[in-house]
Amino acid sequence: MAELTLVQAVNRGLAEAMRADADVVLLGEDIGVNGGVFRATEGLYKEFGESRVIDTPLSETGIVGTAIGMALYGLKPIAEIQFMDFIYPAFDQIVSELAKFRYRSGGQFPCHVVIRTPYGGGIKGGLYHSQSTEAYFCHTAGLKVVVPSTPADAKGLLLTAVHDEDPVIFLEPKRIYRAVTGEVPDGDRRVPFGRARLVREGSDVSLFAYGAMVPPTVEAAEALAVEGIHAEVIDPRTLVPLDEAAIVSSVEKTGRAVIVHEAARFCGFGGEVAALLAEKAFYSLKAPIARVTGYDTPFPYALENLYLPNAERIAAAARTAVRAS
Amino acid sequence: MSPDPSVVPLPYTADDVASLLGPDWPELLRTGYRWMRLGRALDSRMQGLQRQGRVGFYGAATGQEAVNVATGLATLRDDWIFPGLREQLVALVRGHSLVTYAHHLFADDRDPGRGRNMPCHPTAREVQYVSMSSVIGTQISQAVGLAYGLRQRAAPGVSLAFFGDGATSSNDFHAGLNFAAVWHLPVLFCCANNQWAISVPTSRQTGARTFATKAAEYGMPGWSVDGTDIVAVWAALRGSLARAREGRGPEMLEFVTYRMTPHSSSDDPSRYQPPDWSARALSHDPVARLEAWLRTSGVLDPSGAEAIGRECDAEVRSAVEAAEGTGPPLPASLTEDVYAPDRSGSRR
Repeated sequence: MAELTLVQAVNRGLAEAMRADADVVLLGEDIGVNGGVFRATEGLYKEFGESRVIDTPLSETGIVGTAIGMALYGLKPIAEIQFMDFIYPAFDQIVSELAKFRYRSGGQFPCHVVIRTPYGGGIKGGLYHSQSTEAYFCHTAGLKVVVPSTPADAKGLLLTAVHDEDPVIFLEPKRIYRAVTGEVPDGDRRVPFGRARLVREGSDVSLFAYGAMVPPTVEAAEALAVEGIHAEVIDPRTLVPLDEAAIVSSVEKTGRAVIVHEAARFCGFGGEVAALLAEKAFYSLKAPIARVTGYDTPFPYALENLYLPNAERIAAAARTAVRAS
Repeated sequence: MSPDPSVVPLPYTADDVASLLGPDWPELLRTGYRWMRLGRALDSRMQGLQRQGRVGFYGAATGQEAVNVATGLATLRDDWIFPGLREQLVALVRGHSLVTYAHHLFADDRDPGRGRNMPCHPTAREVQYVSMSSVIGTQISQAVGLAYGLRQRAAPGVSLAFFGDGATSSNDFHAGLNFAAVWHLPVLFCCANNQWAISVPTSRQTGARTFATKAAEYGMPGWSVDGTDIVAVWAALRGSLARAREGRGPEMLEFVTYRMTPHSSSDDPSRYQPPDWSARALSHDPVARLEAWLRTSGVLDPSGAEAIGRECDAEVRSAVEAAEGTGPPLPASLTEDVYAPDRSGSRR
């Protein structure tokens, strides 16, 4: 066990995966000599050398395209896209190629690439260093989409991603890269995909949140507890595959659901969770399903704290749900 | 096929060819000629089947046989092919079964790609011919990544990225050539320039004098080669492959050909090609050019050429007969291979 920040846990996971398997290579912008702009790859260039910690030219389509070629050959590339906001030049490679190689080749060419990318707001990054666009990737069959919210999950899910056989979009909540610390197990302790984490048990309302939205959701649950409202907090951890059973059974117990994400509301991931509950937990619902999300605007610079869901907005939605019946 | 007097002759003496291809050149060229005829027979038959509604789509490579056959014969087992749209014949020359390819064209239950991709998008791992999408250019940077893998494991082999003239305008052309030059990898960028990106001619695709000149500014040699001259293609590939194997880095080869058929079975070139295009293309027919030269050199006589043509037609016919009538992929296959087995991320 070690007490680590989330970004240190990512770094630890990368280092351990690279020590265990010479086929694991990292590639991305500024990840080598500089150790990454968030220092996620600090020290790895020195330990593993320039052939395994590759500073690439500045082209996201080149990073993902070459990572795909490496994976087709049998290496296990972990690509870093410096900010999720810059992933779109590689969107074609991810959606048209990475996600479809196994399918279109009848399984002859599986393509296991892990793409790590910091996402989300709250760091004064403005329009182009703040977005949370996981829904684009969740919509594409063939990809797995992972969002840790704790240091232990960051390392454990990263190790699972490296040992998986499918492409993984690994979204790192940069707002809490250093804001949270936690105990992280040593060694190859993997956290499975498709298994939600019960963050806090409760009986009155279910709060669903992932990534950087987990801390304000827990804060909201603590405030609600003072008022006598017992909120359950569930972190799905992986959006694809999704632990549907955990979500449905929680709402069967509480009868109320509040879904939290910082991404825009329209066609956001919360809509999928709401549809799931409408389909599978309808008769347990005692109140309308609520979503607490970013706004349907581009991500603002000066007003980012207005844009991002916070404990007050989450708690208010939960109170409304509890008072509905 | 009778020799056409309007065909531009291959500019070689037998001694020239011997010095370019080595002492076994007659056998090499006979083999090459036979594969070119097979490609021609396949295109002819499949275009017919497409018009009859027996295959859903077909993209002919008529006019590009010299490039495909020389590539298939000049590469080694360890090499990897990332195809563009018209390199299926490379897979066949490298050993992919014609019957299996016919199953792919019928998109049936015995298609290795399980009927998911359109026809002319085969997958042939056993000959290191990589599954392709219909997206233009994406394979170029992928070929570079594969070459990185070859070097990382100190494995022999060269990675070849094929693409058309239109793909030189794509993001991944730029990314691929740039990354390969920076990393100094064993990869060849092979531009099959048939002078048309559907309806857009090369003059509307680039302001550069040739596509090959682009290579220099990336920091690699670029060669513009007559892609309808199999001897020239073969010799150029041999040189580039040998240098890549020696660790001398990436190169670009532009093979100038003439597209002799529509872009695909869904295209009508009379809307955009000039009236004299067909005549110019015919005079650069790679099969006719090689046949005329082989006859002049005494390597092949008219009856021999005809016999080869008949054999190829029969081979194609029997492959079609063997494959046609196989049922479509099973409904259950719809949801397979989206994710790895046993760990399905299926949401349903």
